Amino acid sequence: MKKTIHVTINGREYEHEIEPRLLLVHYLREVVGLTGTHIGCETGLCGACTVMLDGRAVKSCLVLAVQADGGEVRTIEGLAEGGQLHPVQEGFWVKHGVQCGYCTPGMIMVACDLLERRKAPTVEEIRRALDGNVCRCTGYQHIIEAIQYAAGKLKASSADERGTSSGAPEA
Amino acid sequence: MIPSAFDYYAPKTVAEAVALLQQYGEEAKVLAGGQSLLPLLKLRLATPRVVVDLGRIPDLAYIRQDGNEVAIGAMTRHETVEQSEVVRRHCRLLAATAATIGDVQVRNRGTIGGSLAHADPAGDFPAAVLAAEARLKVVGPGGERWIAAEDFFVDVMTTALDAGEILTEIRVPVDSAHTRSAYEKVRQKASGFALCGVAVRLQLDENRRCQGVAVGVTGVGAKAYRARAVEEVLRGEALTETVVVAAAEKAAQGVEPSEDAQASAAYRAHLARVCTRRALRRALAEG
Ligand SMILES: Cc1cc2nc3c(=O)[nH]c(=O)nc-3n(C[C@H](O)[C@H](O)[C@H](O)COP(=O)(O)OP(=O)(O)OC[C@H]3O[C@@H](n4cnc5c(N)ncnc54)[C@H](O)[C@@H]3O)c2cc1C
Ligand code: FES
Ligand code: FES
Repeated sequence: MKKTIHVTINGREYEHEIEPRLLLVHYLREVVGLTGTHIGCETGLCGACTVMLDGRAVKSCLVLAVQADGGEVRTIEGLAEGGQLHPVQEGFWVKHGVQCGYCTPGMIMVACDLLERRKAPTVEEIRRALDGNVCRCTGYQHIIEAIQYAAGKLKASSADERGTSSGAPEA
Repeated sequence: MIPSAFDYYAPKTVAEAVALLQQYGEEAKVLAGGQSLLPLLKLRLATPRVVVDLGRIPDLAYIRQDGNEVAIGAMTRHETVEQSEVVRRHCRLLAATAATIGDVQVRNRGTIGGSLAHADPAGDFPAAVLAAEARLKVVGPGGERWIAAEDFFVDVMTTALDAGEILTEIRVPVDSAHTRSAYEKVRQKASGFALCGVAVRLQLDENRRCQGVAVGVTGVGAKAYRARAVEEVLRGEALTETVVVAAAEKAAQGVEPSEDAQASAAYRAHLARVCTRRALRRALAEG
């Protein structure tokens, strides 16, 4: 049995005929060709495959592509706009949150999930949000600083939009 | 890791889902959040020919107060239970328990109904619904029936659900001004599952005497259980530290603790006592 699914990925609509057993992560990488989402453990423990599904972070190796039918997916490829890095990506760049880069797409997506709900998360809240994401390189500290940087940047830009910016972004 | 092939159905109503389960019998498996089922499918520990996805049934995800109960739809995600104002105000224990499950990605997908139906011996919600003295609504070919939480968990990953039945709702009595509760857990390092988890819910009178108590323990035995021996020590007593310590000693009484790579049987029994003590102290410190 094959199923036809319609999924909006990074703002673009796709239609594919797929097998129901196809995992969302394999669909994204092998059918759609978006290989920015990584596969680490395939068992649901490492978080490398994290994407946003209907606005919330999920492990795409624990979701069937058919479950995303009619839904909206955001992957690491969908963050930068007009060649401009997303504040979370910029944070990982500026604060050295990346070493080998394997965990990075998942880390960034889970950070986006957090920052969409908490504008100024505490270090404790950031650590808790990273609970399901493993990094074997950085020791996490730089990742936490990257997310703090992004929170500051997002706060400054939303202040800009309201026309109330007082100048320099908060650290 | 790729699941074996299956046909996929996404019914729009519970009745349709029940009919599909009846039609395909043993060959069918219900899919909720998939956070336990997908790992089983990928390891091919489960190889259903048909998967019936409850995710497209619109009226299975809700939280509402109904008289002196809170009703929670089976497809309500852990994250929603954790964040819900209604749950936080009226059955805090469930919100506190949900917050300890796995990680945010798992909480964003996993459902309370799936967690209970799966009956993982290390799952968190089973302990909470036992301590909350919840009742569970199930719907099957013969109509609907209610099962008390205490009668629901039968053995490792085995519940009182009959073949073809679907868990649709969880009902929890609301907290009163005299309710105190806490969930205390020691996590397995990698997954976050409970090496041991103890949920307590107390009803105190004006003099902080224990008028009512229920204690649910998970992670220790083959299934989550009510720690009746603990409850007996507490009931009717003024809850001094001495009483709390004496009660907690009985947390693994009459239970055969599991033994595996994660923990020895003796360690699990020890954790049951420690977590019970801590949960009681935390609940009493609440107010
Ligand atoms: C990395 C990781 C960490 C985790 N950590 C924890 C943890 O710390 N604590 C914890 O408690 N859990 C943990 N879990 C499990 C998680 O809570 C699951 O969400 C839960 O156990 C199952 O719920 P689900 O909705 O995902 O169900 P599914 O995986 O979809 O289904 C599980 C089983 O229940 C059956 N089922 C589901 N819903 C119903 C229903 N309404 N009626 C009848 N049968 C039904 C299915 O057929 C299947 O057999 C973890 C999972 C992962 C992947
Ligand atoms: S690849 Fe999905 S959690 Fe590791
Ligand atoms: S940067 Fe290498 S795993 Fe995180």
